[in-house]
Amino acid sequence: MYAAAFDYVRASSWSEAVDLLGELGEDAHVIAGGQSLVPMMMLRLAAPTALIDLAGADQRTIELRDGQLVLSALVRHADIEHSEVVAEHVPMLTEAVRQIGNVRVRQRGTIGGSLAHGEATAELPSVALAHKATVQVLGPDGERTIPAGELAVTHLTTSLAPAEVITAVQVPVLAAGQGSCFVELARRAGDFAMVDVAALLTCAGDGRLTGARLVVGAVGHRPADMSEAAQPLLGQPLDDAPVDEVARTVADEVQVGPSTHAGVAYRRQMVAVLVGRALRRAGAAALCARHPERA
Amino acid sequence: MTAVSKQPISLQVNGRATDAWVSPNLSLLELLRVEAGAPEVKLGCGEGVCGTCTVLLDGEPVNACLMFAVQANGCEVTTVRGLAPDGELHLLQQAFLDHAGAQCGFCTPGMILTSKWYLDRHPDADREELRRALAGNLCRCTGYTKILDAVEAYRDVCRREHDGD
Repeated sequence: MYAAAFDYVRASSWSEAVDLLGELGEDAHVIAGGQSLVPMMMLRLAAPTALIDLAGADQRTIELRDGQLVLSALVRHADIEHSEVVAEHVPMLTEAVRQIGNVRVRQRGTIGGSLAHGEATAELPSVALAHKATVQVLGPDGERTIPAGELAVTHLTTSLAPAEVITAVQVPVLAAGQGSCFVELARRAGDFAMVDVAALLTCAGDGRLTGARLVVGAVGHRPADMSEAAQPLLGQPLDDAPVDEVARTVADEVQVGPSTHAGVAYRRQMVAVLVGRALRRAGAAALCARHPERA
Repeated sequence: MTAVSKQPISLQVNGRATDAWVSPNLSLLELLRVEAGAPEVKLGCGEGVCGTCTVLLDGEPVNACLMFAVQANGCEVTTVRGLAPDGELHLLQQAFLDHAGAQCGFCTPGMILTSKWYLDRHPDADREELRRALAGNLCRCTGYTKILDAVEAYRDVCRREHDGD
């Protein structure tokens, strides 16, 4: 398979990448890991006239800063997978990247690339939304910050302007009393998810749940924030909370689009199963995390 | 369509300097097979799913079908042949022979490079971990059991050598 012809340039900084995007016109495209873009180019679903390679634009840094995990947009899934800082402070991210593609895809694919690509079945947009992450963006008019909830518009479409690039991703870290869980259903290891669920629960010192974030991905055209439907869990310990009822409500209410892999009714049923599983695991983790000095 | 010019690139393939003028849309896979004399790198699915075109780029496994050659400019590429530079089989290749881990042989280069990379980093990996590491390498002949037997046998040989030091 051959991609359509294109010009290739390397950017040595984020600002150079933005300048090049402006110069090379709206059919130019940035490339980081290329694990989503290149297959689309090979299948001629995408035919950029120029590729601007971001590999040299920044370091692949992961830092803890003011209660947030700050990841360069070029951080690869494999970097996240093996990062102890990530595993300790945003374990949902570790769980999610393990489900992405295979070792080769994780070795090249980047967090910024995944979020900018906006694939409806991708894992990281669900995690970003559940954790209320923000992306740092650079464009011709300077920097701005976009909350995860305002980034994904629909399948393969984000709110990024044509000459804007994501430079970093900020993820609020787990606080004391918070626990999280990411689960997905795919037909085989590394395949596109049919359903994914990201849950982030908070519990008080006495064990009662005080906060719930819940995101369902891969079933609609973008991840769905279903936190409202999870509010009946609050005010009681996990064991007494109506987990199954919440799971049923979410499955009934979430928008489920057509898929070539399985029917709508089946995937709704799987939403209920996965929401229940994610809430119970996140709740158990939250219970263990009630004291700051986690043993 | 804009006029696109070829670009000069320079990379190491199995320790040998390789220079070429390439169109940006030439994949790393094509470069290796056609320009760099490395036909042991196989084209399978062309979508990054099957693992047949696995090569090590600066020591890490990548899909040669999902990279353009220009992206690999300045990098070091290892193909399966790089494990046996003098024609003498690497212990892992020998293990695949001993345990019948290769039948048609098409997936074997990817299987061997991925296993070698993983065991270099996780010398104590158990069968389940090896299974997960190889989940992205498809084989249509063996049913995987003999492949995992071969990889485990190689791991055990390395352990014994390590313990003997």
